Amino acid sequence: MSITPFVPSWQYYRRKIAGATMLALCYLSAVLAIVPLVLIFFYTINRGVSYLNLDFFIQMPKPVGEPGGGMANAIVGTLVLVATGSAIGLPIGILTGIYLAEFGNNKFAYFARFMTDVLSGVPSIVAGVVAYGLVVVPMKHFSAAAGGVALAILMIPTVTRTTEEMIRLVPHSYREAALALGIPMWKTTMQIVVRTAFRGIITGILLSIARIAGETAPLLFTALGNRFWSTSLDQPIGSLTVFIYDYAKAPFEDWNNQAWAAALVLIILISGLSLAVRVVTRSKFVQR
Amino acid sequence: MTTDVISRSTTLSAKPTEKQGQSTSVKMTARNINAFFGKVQALYDVNLDIAGNRVLAIIGPSGCGKSTFLRCLNRMHEVAGGTMTGTVELDGQNIYGTDAVLVRKRVGMVFQKANPFPTMSIFDNVAIGLRLTGGVPKSQMNDVVEHSLKQAALWDEVKDSLNKSGVSLSGGQQQRLCIARTLAVNPEVILMDEPASALDPIATAKIEELIYELKKDFTIVIVTHNMQQAARVSNTTAFFYMGKLIEFDETKTIFTSPKQKQTEDYITGRFG
Repeated sequence: MSITPFVPSWQYYRRKIAGATMLALCYLSAVLAIVPLVLIFFYTINRGVSYLNLDFFIQMPKPVGEPGGGMANAIVGTLVLVATGSAIGLPIGILTGIYLAEFGNNKFAYFARFMTDVLSGVPSIVAGVVAYGLVVVPMKHFSAAAGGVALAILMIPTVTRTTEEMIRLVPHSYREAALALGIPMWKTTMQIVVRTAFRGIITGILLSIARIAGETAPLLFTALGNRFWSTSLDQPIGSLTVFIYDYAKAPFEDWNNQAWAAALVLIILISGLSLAVRVVTRSKFVQR
Repeated sequence: MTTDVISRSTTLSAKPTEKQGQSTSVKMTARNINAFFGKVQALYDVNLDIAGNRVLAIIGPSGCGKSTFLRCLNRMHEVAGGTMTGTVELDGQNIYGTDAVLVRKRVGMVFQKANPFPTMSIFDNVAIGLRLTGGVPKSQMNDVVEHSLKQAALWDEVKDSLNKSGVSLSGGQQQRLCIARTLAVNPEVILMDEPASALDPIATAKIEELIYELKKDFTIVIVTHNMQQAARVSNTTAFFYMGKLIEFDETKTIFTSPKQKQTEDYITGRFG
């Protein structure tokens, strides 16, 4: 019996080289994607951390030239704006997503889906203009509510599409199993399907919250900004991003430094929030 | 394990000739069922009586309409976007004359692929049907779950891990969990759509043994590809081909002296 030796052909080496090259390109792309993020993160820490102190969190902004002071109003303002935006945007976004995923086989749903995609591409400043027309003009003054509306417009498409995608990933067999138990349609949707897709939906919500927390442009002519303490939805309100914008372009060095500190606080706020939600919604069961 | 299998196989082989004490009154009737998916007709004028507390097996080659017929019996056919004409009666009442939700509480279903809800514990998987359809106070829930798991012959295997995920179980256990979930809402009829086709022979034997036990309390309709299984578990057998009911008789008759040539060809493996 003759033995066939293992002799690689030249195509074999070509495939090997092509495979190794593509793998290297994948690694390179991953590194290229991460490097700017890491640089931004550490540079912000580097510039901002020495100006972070207790005063920054509990003091109000001081007038130019006076040292010290903080951004307590801006931190609270960002939270108020994000909460207002979420209170408007999340229910609309989530319910629209459920509608599109579960009942979205008609012309109206196709239209709604298309408009959602268009909306997700709208520049954020345009959302600000819309909120200006919808809220600021009728009220005749800037307000936190107007800022909330602008942020809601920005978050609705993200929430809608991720909710829809996540619900679509739930296998049809779970719906059938629930319906076959005599569970009504709406309970099947809310208690079985949405519950199964819950973690994915939460991720989409987090992404959209992180996005609106970092928005500046739509707030400039809606919430405007406020150097004084306010939590009223009816009044203009300060926010970290608008403070960063104002302080970073100001010709005063301590303002510039405070802008770095504010940027750091914003990053910590957003990552802290996403971490917290992830822990809270962690699966009860060990992932296999 | 070995003795277990042997004792089971003896009870199973004794089954077809064994007569049950319960009455064999008609539980469900299907009259002139024509079912469609869009313009494609899946069933042609099917008439069938389903006897109470007995097991009806539906056999036939893939695409013959047996699953479609099964799904017409608890209005799951319409969930898949199908339409139908004809009537289906449960205890003489037209199930298409009321709310599908009310029908499905009384006519439960077990699917081909075990599908426990992945975000729920074993306990919740069994309890969810009652929780969402109401009627059972929380204090009785533990009893119902335990009873259902015992009926599904799963209790001994899971009683110490009721809080674990339903999908952490083996395939055969998952299918019995799905049966327990169906039993918990206490239906009168249980439809099984190839419940053992994704399971190994030991898990299959357990399901078959379970079906044998369950017919004391429930009426069972089982769709199966496996003719030995049909012969083992059922009292009566219906043979479907190309969307038509070809022959319906006592299981013994179907497998020993079928009247139709097509039935004989199918069960002897000449086509299908």
